[in-house]
Amino acid sequence: MKDENASAPLLQVRGLVKHFPVKKNLLGRTTSFVSAVDGVDFDLRQGETLGVVGESGCGKSTTARLLLHLIEPTAGTIRFGGRTVGSVALPLKEFRRQVQMVFQDSYASLNPRLTVEESIVFGPMVHGIARHVAQARAHALLERVGLDPVRFAGRFTHELSGGQRQRVNIARALALQPRVLVLDEAVSALDKSVEAQVLNLLLDLKGEFGLTYLFISHDLEVVRFMADRVLVMYLGRVAELAPTEDLYTGSRHPYTSALLGSLLSMDPDRRTVAAPISGDPPNPIDPPAGCRFHTRCASAQAVCAKGAPGLAAHSREHWVACHMFDAGSGHGSAPAKAA
Amino acid sequence: MTGSILEIRDLRVAFTGAAKPVRAVDGVDLALVPGEVVALLGESGSGKSVTLRSILRLHPENKTRIEGSIVAAGIDVMALSGAALADFRGKTVSMIFQEPMLALDPVYTLGAQITEAIRKHESGVSADAARKRALGLFERVRIPSPERRLDSYPHELSGGMRQRAMIALALACNPKVLLADEPTTALDATVQVQILLLLRELQRELDLAMIFVTHDIGVGVEVADRIAVMYAGRIVEIGAVRDVIRAPRHPYTIGLLSTRAQGGRLSGKRLPTITGSPPDLASLPPGCAFAPRCSSATSACLEAAPAAVELGHGHAVRCIHTAAVA
Ligand SMILES: Nc1ncnc2c1ncn2[C@@H]1O[C@H](COP(=O)(O)OP(=O)(O)OP(=O)(O)O)[C@@H](O)[C@H]1O
Ligand SMILES: Nc1ncnc2c1ncn2[C@@H]1O[C@H](COP(=O)(O)OP(=O)(O)O)[C@@H](O)[C@H]1O
Ligand code: SF4
Ligand SMILES: [Mg+2]
Ligand SMILES: [Mg+2]
Repeated sequence: MKDENASAPLLQVRGLVKHFPVKKNLLGRTTSFVSAVDGVDFDLRQGETLGVVGESGCGKSTTARLLLHLIEPTAGTIRFGGRTVGSVALPLKEFRRQVQMVFQDSYASLNPRLTVEESIVFGPMVHGIARHVAQARAHALLERVGLDPVRFAGRFTHELSGGQRQRVNIARALALQPRVLVLDEAVSALDKSVEAQVLNLLLDLKGEFGLTYLFISHDLEVVRFMADRVLVMYLGRVAELAPTEDLYTGSRHPYTSALLGSLLSMDPDRRTVAAPISGDPPNPIDPPAGCRFHTRCASAQAVCAKGAPGLAAHSREHWVACHMFDAGSGHGSAPAKAA
Repeated sequence: MTGSILEIRDLRVAFTGAAKPVRAVDGVDLALVPGEVVALLGESGSGKSVTLRSILRLHPENKTRIEGSIVAAGIDVMALSGAALADFRGKTVSMIFQEPMLALDPVYTLGAQITEAIRKHESGVSADAARKRALGLFERVRIPSPERRLDSYPHELSGGMRQRAMIALALACNPKVLLADEPTTALDATVQVQILLLLRELQRELDLAMIFVTHDIGVGVEVADRIAVMYAGRIVEIGAVRDVIRAPRHPYTIGLLSTRAQGGRLSGKRLPTITGSPPDLASLPPGCAFAPRCSSATSACLEAAPAAVELGHGHAVRCIHTAAVA
């Protein structure tokens, strides 16, 4: 994938692969792997919200954890502001300050023995910021995320509701004044009425602090609301990447179309009459050869079971990994190869 | 209601294990006619699952105070005990869950569990006949290679297939009422649609009455004839799907419907919200439980729990300002 944008992306991901060993034989040698992420390329541009969607197990969280260097990639490179993460030019500690993460399970990601204030000042103090500065910042952030510091600073996580815990998590992530927030299903555990409050907060904070978001969610409506561009994953690979409205109104990849076709109408006179695709997603321990979607794809032809389609530009900003859109692939619907 | 297959009257459930009783269900009335589907919609903790579990009497007796009446297919559920209760569960009323492992036993094959359920409820059915019925059920819920799958253990199936197997087990003894507690919530979008369509089809063919619990309005709209909206242990609005979706009258329902990020139209703009969060069920206010979050609330709202106001065509709302918030 070529970089079409003149300005260098804030975060550049190339050929990212993560295989988790899952089975060992009697000699302790690994005999099979989960290909959780299998050759993922994308750019995260300064100031944008890049949405990531796909069904459970398709590799969204693994991608996020790889981005933050919480786990080691099997292969691939990640560059931040043009510098390789983990190099002398950009030590891991400095990178971690700039890129922070908010998880779905806000309960598990907060230390139950720390008060709200203590969990927010912890990160900045590790990075050498004086306690009183960190405290002042924590109070300002609590105020900003809608939690009155007088009432909430001294509370423990089990004394908070889900929405309140998620606000604390956001405050904690912002305490290091990062440039990027990776939000992994950050609102998925919240009720709709509370989810809307947190989404509004994220929008406001983004403008105020000039943040860049990688917004992971299985909820297509929420991603449509939040994202400028959307990346669709299927079984560890990128299926499609496009500006949000292009994707939602003109998806090209059969999997994206099936995913969007599964959205419920909210209209009693337009109920779903047929499921767009049948069956469950296959097991990533032994993924289908060729295009990983071919076992469920209505447009699949012989070529789809043979070679994996690469991510190719369908139009300037719209990328698709499907043989139907790859000139000369051998798929009956593919355009002829340009001379 | 005459002709109802299930009738719940003034159901109140309080859990008394903690220092202060938790009033999880606080006066629920609900009646279903045969073949009718009601979606019970509400946020986490609003009392949906507790209502369903009451119908099967699944609450721990010693720590639960349960009041009101429940009649299912002419059976007084509150009076049941012992063998009669065991027979009622699965044969008259049956239940499916979000997590299929709540219903399926990991150490037996799926076929063994279904045949066992059939023979427990219907003495005189031979093992062969029960196995045949189990096969028919697996075909009906469209499990591929059903014969082979009957000999599988639950963990050998994918999420969607396990959900189908659980549905087959729930239908094994031809119940008249099916209680569905978020059976598609944990599923992926493309699988959720398949299971919703399957349930809708089975429900019609078997003329089942069904209460379908969900926190997703879209799911309710897909499956239900009526929607009942629950808030802090009470049904605050109930009516035909079209009426509740197109002309909601309770401030909470109105808020819930407008707060959804739906379609591209709101993209990037702030969403309308309901401020605050649901109340503590151990110290519910005396009046309308929604009052602290309601922009239409007045001092009168804080005095007594609002009674149901009938708006016609079975549309009813528990709000004293219903006329004003039209
Ligand atoms: N056995 C129990 N003991 C004490 N409290 C309970 C018990 N079961 C449920 N509750 C409480 O009763 C209230 C209603 O719970 P219920 O499970 O019905 O919620 P729900 O509407 O199904 O929510 P969700 O959408 O999260 O499933 C909650 O406050 C819950 O904590
Ligand atoms: N530590 C791990 N060990 C083994 N397999 C893992 C591990 N983490 C994730 N996986 C597997 O990798 C795949 C992708 O997982 P994940 O990235 O969490 O998916 P998503 O976030 O899209 O639901 C899944 O099949 C998952 O079971
Ligand atoms: S490459 Fe083939 S199987 Fe894959 S999505 Fe395109 S048409 Fe379907
Ligand atoms: Mg995940
Ligand atoms: Mg529940």
